[in-house]
Amino acid sequence: MVNLEDEVVRRQRERAKILAWLLGAFVILLFFITIAKTGINW
Amino acid sequence: MTSSAIDREAAGLPADWRDILALTKPRVMSLVVFTGLCGLLAAPALPPLALGFTAILCIALGAGACGALNQWYEADIDAKMRRTAKRPLPAGRMDRQSALHFGVGLGTFSVILMGLATNWLAALLLLISILFYVIVYTVWLKPRTAQNIVIGGAAGAFPPLIGWVAATGNVALLPVLLFAIIFLWTPPHFWALSLFVRSDYAAAGIPMLPVVAGIENTRKQIFLYSLPMAAAAVAPWPLGLAGPIYGVAASVLSIAFVALSSAVLANRVTEPKQMAPEKRLFAFSVFYLFALFAALVADRWIPW
Repeated sequence: MVNLEDEVVRRQRERAKILAWLLGAFVILLFFITIAKTGINW
Repeated sequence: MTSSAIDREAAGLPADWRDILALTKPRVMSLVVFTGLCGLLAAPALPPLALGFTAILCIALGAGACGALNQWYEADIDAKMRRTAKRPLPAGRMDRQSALHFGVGLGTFSVILMGLATNWLAALLLLISILFYVIVYTVWLKPRTAQNIVIGGAAGAFPPLIGWVAATGNVALLPVLLFAIIFLWTPPHFWALSLFVRSDYAAAGIPMLPVVAGIENTRKQIFLYSLPMAAAAVAPWPLGLAGPIYGVAASVLSIAFVALSSAVLANRVTEPKQMAPEKRLFAFSVFYLFALFAALVADRWIPW
């Protein structure tokens, strides 16, 4: 037995968590793109 | 409430992330990403790792956008075919509007990121490939003509070209040949599949070649297309664009492809369950493309 309201909250939480991870990864990617584009060698 | 009841009420639920992922057709994406990566790795100059990674990511996101928009447009057709009836939209686990927004958003994001990270020629090619797949293939050709796969195959042929242009900023003969290989590989690959799932296509009203022109004619076309495909696959070797590693691999793989195509041509069975040569060719065609592009990269990087 799964309550519909609980299911909505569970899915919203799951999606929010994944979106947060993706946004975090995107910020890191942008950082590395900027480093590569400006031609800085590590 | 049971899980099936939840499925029935899914229109009112936010889509599960697994359904959003399924919308991008991850299995199709893997071949697209692989050929795009090989196009990039075969280029004479490699971009910095972050930019190369971003280029491949953008190709993957663009392919995901194509998958989402394809499923958005074909939700009604998918519901009529056994093979596709369990996808998120026909199964009612997701609403069409969400799929449209997701597809357009993902496609736009991939093109802009490609332009900013690599160059705008690569971004333009990515945009053309997305629009070609969605508008020319899915909306225009697929429901209207048996040649849908022939012309629409161009959309799937773009990734190695995009990978190359992302790395170098310009178009050369080798990536154009890679484009030609996938373009000519697509018809035999899809027609082999459509031969043993033709009842699905017929039920959905899609004019695939076996439905419109018959099984024998399709088998003949598969064989005929495999010949120029094999020629295009081997061509980089005599043209001096690839070395012997690629040349030998391409020759062996292409001979095997043509041999399997001739087995399809010789087959007289019309019952899908007994179409062993067609199933063999379909499975081999996927391996063929992976192996061919892997050989190209090996040839470029292994000192000879």
